[in-house]
Amino acid sequence: MGDHHHGPAKGLSRWLYTTNHKDIGTMYLWFSFAMFLLGGAFAMIIRAELFQPGMQLVEPGFFNQMTTLHGLVMVFGAIMPSFVGLANWLIPMMIGAPDMALPRMNNWSFWILPPAFLMLASTLLMEGGAPAFGWTFYAPLSTTYAPPSVTFFIFAIHILGVSSIMGSINIIATVMNMRAPGMTYMKMPLFVWTWLITAFLLVAVMPVLAGAVTMMLMDIHFGTSFFSAAGGGDPVLFQHIFWFFGHPEVYIIILPAFGVISQIIPAFSRKPLFGYASMVYATAAIAFLSFIVWAHHMYTVGMPVAGELFFMYATMLIAVPTGVKVFNWVTTMWRGAMTFETPMLFSIGFLVLFTIGGFTGLMLSIAPADFQYHDTYFVVAHFHYVMVAGAVFSMTAAIYFWLPKWTGRMYNETMGKVHFWVSFIGFNVTFFPQHFVGLAGMPRRIPDYALQFADFNMMSSIGAFIYGASQLLFLYNVIAAIVAGEKVSDEKVWDGAEGLEWTLPSPPPYHTFETPPKIEEQPAH
Amino acid sequence: MLNARALAATALLPLVANAQNQVNMSTGVSEAGAVITDLGVEIYDLHMLIFWICVVIGIGVFGVMLYSIYAHRKSKGVEPSQFHEHTGVEIAWTIVPFFILIGMAVPATSTLLEVYDNDDAEMSILVTGYQWKWKYEYLDADGENVAFFSNLATSQEQIYNTDTKGENYLLEVDEPLVIPVDTKVRFLITANDVIHSWWVPEIAVKRDAIPGFINEAWTRVLAEGVYRGQCTELCGSYHGFMPVEVHVVGQNEFDDWMAAKKGAAAADAALAATELSVDELMARGEDVYNASCLACHGANGEGGLGNAIAGSAIAMGGLDSHLSVIVNGVAGTAMQAFGAQLSDVDVAAVTTYQRNAFGNNTGDVVQASDVVSYKEG
Ligand code: HEM
Ligand SMILES: [Cu+2]
Repeated sequence: MGDHHHGPAKGLSRWLYTTNHKDIGTMYLWFSFAMFLLGGAFAMIIRAELFQPGMQLVEPGFFNQMTTLHGLVMVFGAIMPSFVGLANWLIPMMIGAPDMALPRMNNWSFWILPPAFLMLASTLLMEGGAPAFGWTFYAPLSTTYAPPSVTFFIFAIHILGVSSIMGSINIIATVMNMRAPGMTYMKMPLFVWTWLITAFLLVAVMPVLAGAVTMMLMDIHFGTSFFSAAGGGDPVLFQHIFWFFGHPEVYIIILPAFGVISQIIPAFSRKPLFGYASMVYATAAIAFLSFIVWAHHMYTVGMPVAGELFFMYATMLIAVPTGVKVFNWVTTMWRGAMTFETPMLFSIGFLVLFTIGGFTGLMLSIAPADFQYHDTYFVVAHFHYVMVAGAVFSMTAAIYFWLPKWTGRMYNETMGKVHFWVSFIGFNVTFFPQHFVGLAGMPRRIPDYALQFADFNMMSSIGAFIYGASQLLFLYNVIAAIVAGEKVSDEKVWDGAEGLEWTLPSPPPYHTFETPPKIEEQPAH
Repeated sequence: MLNARALAATALLPLVANAQNQVNMSTGVSEAGAVITDLGVEIYDLHMLIFWICVVIGIGVFGVMLYSIYAHRKSKGVEPSQFHEHTGVEIAWTIVPFFILIGMAVPATSTLLEVYDNDDAEMSILVTGYQWKWKYEYLDADGENVAFFSNLATSQEQIYNTDTKGENYLLEVDEPLVIPVDTKVRFLITANDVIHSWWVPEIAVKRDAIPGFINEAWTRVLAEGVYRGQCTELCGSYHGFMPVEVHVVGQNEFDDWMAAKKGAAAADAALAATELSVDELMARGEDVYNASCLACHGANGEGGLGNAIAGSAIAMGGLDSHLSVIVNGVAGTAMQAFGAQLSDVDVAAVTTYQRNAFGNNTGDVVQASDVVSYKEG
């Protein structure tokens, strides 16, 4: 234990062997940003092909590889690990713990990720190409009709699952056991709460995903017929299993984002979060409901009408706790004293655009109308409003918000604001017209389209290039801040920031809270 | 020209919708003002109802937020209030949305029940999805089913930008589905390989086509016309290239069409019993090749998703192994068993074509009778 008072080791071994939550958090964040750029590059290829009708740049088969890898890399490589990185950095500092509860496992859960994604990316070079069956990999397209690289895809998914499960067990163990004395559950910052609930969701559904890919593996290599009607199986069974994982998965992506927003909006409104307790209950309600709505992705598979009705009603219900969250955030802003630094801008962007995504979600939940929406660009628009403008915007807000704390250096505020406005405009130019083409009848996952969709698709592509380019500005701003940003002297950084992490120096020492802090009587949120 | 227009539109934001830039779901009413299907109208109305409810809620939420952003900013010198909970408000904004949802659920339920009302159909059509085409089979009480495949009719030249794109680019087929007007038609939907989904937006029918299972859907189209749609479930490389085209015609026209189809089927059967000349086989074979083989094997037999035909050891080797590949397909690959999809004459023609086109020049002639005897082993 002697090295506790030392700084980090030098060189590469610091990163390879580290068990420090801050180092591991940093690695997760950089890794996820690299994946964000990789997934973004795939998206640029997709949008370049869709710039005009006709096939110009790539072949249809390769186009499908791009949509598949784009989805997989963004969901499993960019969004999920980025929030795990955030959890690593913040949870110990927010609850007054010296580190994560299981630091060696923490090292592993990060270090198995890069090989998994290397393997996934290497499928592009394999005979038959990369997986081309969509990020939802419906059987039998992903089994009997899949390219040979599907086996590597399955292995990669297994590793990601193991990583996520280890990461979430660690978070659960940390939050349950390592809170500073006096930090009761109902005093925990909302970010900790949302991550705790997310971690339970992960532990519950990642094994289900592992089950699904294992059944695929069996069908492909060992002669079983789970998903093949010819052998007595059922392709629809695959979809039930996938979405039993997949719907909770979308909340795994958005709940930590809710947590981030619940930290940032009060800080820049200079006013406590409105309805802390109801925020916790709403999060728990959403998590519970997320287990009983999965078949809303499957309204057109020919379920019995009673099933359709059940899933429709349950899905509509999710709008209630989601609405509660939005109302609470808006009320937090109400009669505050707001300023609009970059983290706040991204949070307000989140609030507006996520709400729009919630509205389209409500429309999609209406089963008879979904017969018209399903598998069109309307769905693509919906989930990019909740995942990009939701999860990615909140992640961006989080980086701007906590970067000065982590590094002790300030980013360039003007550049941050430019980044926000370019992202906001680029995002909307990209995805708003997709509502139109979807409603007008353009299916998703097609490399070429009928002429009446041409104008809006070109607009979408232009927006995508703008949004993509603006992320390079972000990268530059972050690196410039780390290397040569103005030093922050203040512990609080933001005058409205509340919580234990803001009582530490900026940057915090390598080891923090080796003796637990004293929790004051008033709630920490 | 397109570029300039779209760029201008990007600048102006898509506030003006022209006919080309449809921004909303099909209304279920034709341009002439006739109702296409009652269900389509009902679904459109439901969609608009939910949409307007969302707009109203959105105006409320965003209005409060914008006002707050305007009025409650530090630069105006306001002191932040410190209120942070109110149980009454929380209960209100839980209960009120709940009742709004009930208001949505009622019409949604009744429309859904209608979607599922498959009873009393006047005719049934079996729709089968194949990679990458649709097969339509009219189920006939006398067992005289009429069946045919419906392939994309847009040329490769249009797709690869060497020819001007037509008005119905990617939405046109060689043989459309034809159904009579004002008749309740039941679709039995399934697939042969992977999952597809059969969708025609204007008549508001979408149902997944799942191998090994049969789904039901129905429509009663009230306005004659041509309605177009596409496959909406990712089904492999050419998912974007398997459109649906439905012609809704008067009952008399439909009867004539049906009679002609039955006549053609009989003629085909007769043809199978005769010897065809090399030229006839080659001409027919070229048509079959272009409709069924070209997507994977290339316009000049150069290969692509599938192996090259030009110079292929199989196409120039023993006839039995060549027929085996065409008739039975190759398991685990995209090469399907065309024996079940093409008539014996067509198999004979396309086999002849492959053995003599693209410089293969084997000089072999394959007749329908050869195919029949191959199939009988
Ligand atoms: C009010 C809350 C929401 C409701 C009622 C809702 C409802 C739905 C429905 C019914 C669909 C299926 C549409 C179809 O395929 O026809 C869908 C798709 C989707 N939703 Fe949501 N949603 C909500 C929020 C979210 C959130 C918060 C996320 C993620 C952050 C999300 C991510 C997705 C994704 C990824 C898909 C498409 C998956 C795919 O097919 O690739 N949704 N949503
Ligand atoms: Cu869902």
